[in-house]
Amino acid sequence: MSIIIKNLSKRFGDFCAVDRVTMEVPHGALVALLGPSGSGKSTILRLIAGLEQPDEGEVFLTGEEATGLPARKRGVGFVFQHYALFKHMTVSENIAFGLEVRKVPKAEIKKRVQAMLDLIQLDSFSHHYPSQLSGGQRQRVALARALCPEPRVLLLDEPFGSLDAKVRYELRSWLRRLHDTVHVTSLFVTHDQDEAMSIADRVVLIHKGRLEQEGTPRELLEEPATPFVRDFLGMPPLDEPHW
Amino acid sequence: MPEASVPSYGAWHFGPDRWRHRTVTAATLAWFAVLTLVPVGALAKAALMGGWAPFRALAASPDARHAFILTILATAASVLLNGVFGLVLAVLLARYEFPGKAILDALLDMPFAISPVVAGFMLLLLLGPKGLLGHFFEAAGVHVVFAIPGIILATLFVSLPFVVREVVPVLKEVGLEQEEAAQTLGAGPWTTFRRVTFPAIRWGLAYGVSLTAARALGEFGAVLVVSGNIIGRTQTTTLFINQEFADFHFEGAYCAALVLALASMLLLLGMEAAKRFAKGTS
Repeated sequence: MSIIIKNLSKRFGDFCAVDRVTMEVPHGALVALLGPSGSGKSTILRLIAGLEQPDEGEVFLTGEEATGLPARKRGVGFVFQHYALFKHMTVSENIAFGLEVRKVPKAEIKKRVQAMLDLIQLDSFSHHYPSQLSGGQRQRVALARALCPEPRVLLLDEPFGSLDAKVRYELRSWLRRLHDTVHVTSLFVTHDQDEAMSIADRVVLIHKGRLEQEGTPRELLEEPATPFVRDFLGMPPLDEPHW
Repeated sequence: MPEASVPSYGAWHFGPDRWRHRTVTAATLAWFAVLTLVPVGALAKAALMGGWAPFRALAASPDARHAFILTILATAASVLLNGVFGLVLAVLLARYEFPGKAILDALLDMPFAISPVVAGFMLLLLLGPKGLLGHFFEAAGVHVVFAIPGIILATLFVSLPFVVREVVPVLKEVGLEQEEAAQTLGAGPWTTFRRVTFPAIRWGLAYGVSLTAARALGEFGAVLVVSGNIIGRTQTTTLFINQEFADFHFEGAYCAALVLALASMLLLLGMEAAKRFAKGTS
């Protein structure tokens, strides 16, 4: 298991954002953390990344205890909803950042950045600044920047959330194909059940800070564990006719 | 970075409301000119009346030279210390929660709100020979008031808020996400600051520093009280100008005043030019 969280809880004041969540992400899988907005799924992702510290519970990354480690020592790649690209750096400089802070030799960095540019098909934009790119291009750069240092796991927070419908659709199938070539264990947050069901190997459904159900998309559709799961996945309740 | 286009009503000399636009624009520019450019012009005219001779006399006068050196020293100290501490304070206020933050935030504007003369008296009472802290310094043989340390302290006090007030809004606007991204990529706090936060706020910082310098160059009241205005020893340029004027040495006063005014204006113009240049390159 690449990501294991045990009994994870996080409160903000009186509000319990994450309530004793236990889940696992298998090695090499693409897993969706699905739930309505405000359900606590982004907080779970930030707890795994070390951008928030839990009140209770533990986080394990590739078998090692990571609870209490600062974000910079966890070796995770994180993709933000609004890209969070470094505005004053070019595409190449953004992608190289993670290797530069690790003091990787220059020649090696150059090679890796080039490989990443090929992967995201933005070779001709390497000297552009983020403000000169479209939303979809920015998100691809953000992904390349996160992948470049070869993270143990990749975490994506609503990665397509601020894109228009068409780009969103293209990019999500692109992410699925990318995952099939790179095979990095990935967990992505989304509130769009269609997005989760169509590209994830497994889906974890979160509701009010709690884990509602976990399984393959097919399992969730065929055997919804609670009325909420059934309702959220867009199926009519059993006891009502649906015409 | 290409600048986002500023929304505007279009070229000012077209459209059905053009006469109203022209009148409002002309009136605003005239008002601005009356308040700023015309007085500077009047000063320049008065100072340049005697040709270059008064300037040469000024440059040859040891008291004037000493006054300018003292002003440059106090300004340099303000830029350096208020630049560094202002930056730290801005990061604290924009990025961290701590007890007393609201009070600190409110008190920070005190140097703007309190009259410099009053601020000078506060420093005098605190650091004078019989002051709360002053007698410790006196015992150690360090003279604070009526000496250069007092001048520097007074200048630091009056120019304290500029850097903080310029940098905090920029930090808030930039937000946390880029810094968080840097952390997840393996950057420690210092690397994150140096490579991500600082480049994002450098123009805000530079602007705050320019205002600090301009304010420090022109400080009069607080320094007057604290320095004792000793000619050739604790007299800064503004005090020197006042002295010359009071002594009916009008030419010297005008010339020194013009030099000081031009230095402040160049500072702000240079800043504006640098900002435009920076926008053009990245």
